[in-house]
Amino acid sequence: MDLVFDNAGFLLRGAYYTLLITLLSMFFGLLIGLAVALMRLRGPWPLRALARGYVSVIRGTPALVQIVIVYYGLVDYGITLGPITAAVIALSINVGAFLSETFRGAIQAVPKGQLEAAYASGMTTWQAMRRIILPQAARIALPPMGNTFVGMLKETSLVSVITVTELLRSAQLLIAQYYVNMPFYIGIAVMYWVMSTAFTTLLHAMERRLARAY
Amino acid sequence: MIEARELVKQFGSQRVLDGVGLKVEEGEIVVLLGPSGSGKSTLLRCLNGLETMSSGSVEVAGVAVDAGMKPREREARFRSIRQRTGMVFQQFNLYPHKTALGNVTEALRVVRGMAAAEADRIGERLLARVGLSDKRDAYPSRLSGGQQQRVAIARALATEPSVLLFDEPTSALDPELVGEVLAVMRELAREGMTMVVVTHEMKFAREAASRVVFLDGGRIVEEAAPAAFFAAPRSERAQRFIRQLQGER
Ligand SMILES: Nc1ncnc2c1ncn2[C@@H]1O[C@H](COP(=O)(O)OP(=O)(O)OP(=O)(O)O)[C@@H](O)[C@H]1O
Ligand SMILES: [Mg+2]
Repeated sequence: MDLVFDNAGFLLRGAYYTLLITLLSMFFGLLIGLAVALMRLRGPWPLRALARGYVSVIRGTPALVQIVIVYYGLVDYGITLGPITAAVIALSINVGAFLSETFRGAIQAVPKGQLEAAYASGMTTWQAMRRIILPQAARIALPPMGNTFVGMLKETSLVSVITVTELLRSAQLLIAQYYVNMPFYIGIAVMYWVMSTAFTTLLHAMERRLARAY
Repeated sequence: MIEARELVKQFGSQRVLDGVGLKVEEGEIVVLLGPSGSGKSTLLRCLNGLETMSSGSVEVAGVAVDAGMKPREREARFRSIRQRTGMVFQQFNLYPHKTALGNVTEALRVVRGMAAAEADRIGERLLARVGLSDKRDAYPSRLSGGQQQRVAIARALATEPSVLLFDEPTSALDPELVGEVLAVMRELAREGMTMVVVTHEMKFAREAASRVVFLDGGRIVEEAAPAAFFAAPRSERAQRFIRQLQGER
């Protein structure tokens, strides 16, 4: 176990990349998810079809395959991305598809009368969405969104295959150096667990905050 | 104030409104009556464009909309109609994430772009008018049905509408809460507000209405002053309808 503590700095650096990739992908995934959900609900039919296709393809293929396509596959077309950039792009696209489904469901779960009341008061569709529908949908979407984010944190381990030295790969590099497995694996498992738990706690606090109004 | 001409609404092959003509003068209180499914809600919702008419035209508060207009133009005109009208729904449809005051001021803030302080002042005055000053910071979930509906009326009044549309405002309320909502509506009537009200409250219709309009099968079957209508309805359908209403009591 001493080995783990001796190399804590290196592992923490891995954890930092894990966290960075998670937060960035979460942020962009959220934007993509929201845009795609609105496209599917209110867009003209070509956009709708496009959005549906996107969600279907992403949900129907492994995240690992999506990651290698962005990093190794695009090189064939002269697009060379840094590993971290590729990781964030692939994971944002991935998580965006799942979140769009969550958002779509949440928006549809807001009673129809809410939109009617907003329209009847003279609001435009965009005003009604922003002020009335989305705040209520956010509350509905938060718990499943939290699950997606925690799942995402764990899925970042997949990007070790494209040489991003996040948590898993930093452990693998140390293992290659010291020829011992278990302590490093246990070490990073604990670090993943701490991060997931922190996320979950944060999300529960947000859920309580949003629920206070009701 | 309101004029609907040859209004037709189809849901698929079903003709829910079958050529309705309705005229409401400023200050009039028109009560829409009719059996379930006769098209009362649909007529009301066609007036402010919550329902898209299939053919015909409406003119509300000086804004004319024709079914033949391009969707974009139609939508823009209905939006200006909605800024000059208020609607009160059977299920209240208050915004659950906003306080009573927030519900009332929302359109002032968002649609009118009014500053918070000014909107709050107007909102507080309106809450006082419906007798709910003490509930300004309460969320809808903490209010009784009657209180919610009174907040909804205050919300509909916020943008100083020329017309109020009511769709069965007391039907979702426990009997003992109906009175407080009707009292607010009577007060509005007394102040000269133009109102179109779908309701089964015969007493309100008899006492407050300037005119009763009876719908059946998507057509206006009879139109009369309330006293005349309730005493001696001309059409056989209206007679049957009134008998049924009285039988329920
Ligand atoms: N969105 C819709 N799609 C299909 N049919 C509809 C829709 N809305 C209403 N209808 C039909 O239109 C007819 C008239 O409905 P409407 O709600 O206007 O009646 P109403 O007179 O308000 O009845 P109630 O007293 O029950 O509220 C009914 O047959 C109803 O089933
Ligand atoms: Mg109805």
